[in-house]
Amino acid sequence: MPTKLIVDCSTGETTEVELTAEEIAQREADAAAFAEAKAAEEAEAQAKAQAKAAAEAKLAALGLTAEEIAALGK
Amino acid sequence: MATTYEAIATVTVGSGGAANIEFTSIPQTYTDLSVMLSLRTNRNTDSDFVEVTVNSNSSNYTYRYVRGSGSATESYTETLAFWEIHRANAATSTANTFGNINLYIPNYAGSTNKSAYYDGVNENNATTAYAYLGALLWSNTSAITSIKFEPGAGTTFNQYSTATLYGIKNS
Repeated sequence: MPTKLIVDCSTGETTEVELTAEEIAQREADAAAFAEAKAAEEAEAQAKAQAKAAAEAKLAALGLTAEEIAALGK
Repeated sequence: MATTYEAIATVTVGSGGAANIEFTSIPQTYTDLSVMLSLRTNRNTDSDFVEVTVNSNSSNYTYRYVRGSGSATESYTETLAFWEIHRANAATSTANTFGNINLYIPNYAGSTNKSAYYDGVNENNATTAYAYLGALLWSNTSAITSIKFEPGAGTTFNQYSTATLYGIKNS
């Protein structure tokens, strides 16, 4: 059974407490939801970076210099 | 010279892992708090986020962070039901290594909103190894009496993960 650690700073005692079935279910649901949200966030960031790189490559193919492309982003 | 930096409590996760680590009954006699974390979770990837809640409260947390990922520099701003700090190592990071985070909370016992900051690194012998700096705000004027840490996407902290709470005095 998973446990949680509670440190009482007034006494220095650490207590290991078993999670209830409800706490376990909630923790697993929270973790899954968080992982999904973070995966979506990171996929979006990656897609933006790839789109930026693709746009820069197209501009370079049109004849813009690296300095000219960089100036567009400022 | 007066001692201004004191370890209040420390905890090491045992063989069964831990779903969370919580410091309670934090003394209100210091100026600032600092928590040094060395963490690894069971998330099935190379790193994990860490959720922080104070006083068992789940609202009014805001944070902004910048990071180097090994291949880019990026920044994010979010408002969630907790502070998200970074990063713990996870199941596929280099074996027997842990992510390290230092969370610093000034004026934790005061009656104004609580600003804080953290720095953290994901120790990984690979291209992707994150380094973070983050600014945090809890828009609540209550004094901080407890702090809880939970894995973001994993379900437990692994054995040998540690957390140490320090109190800092101004004299």
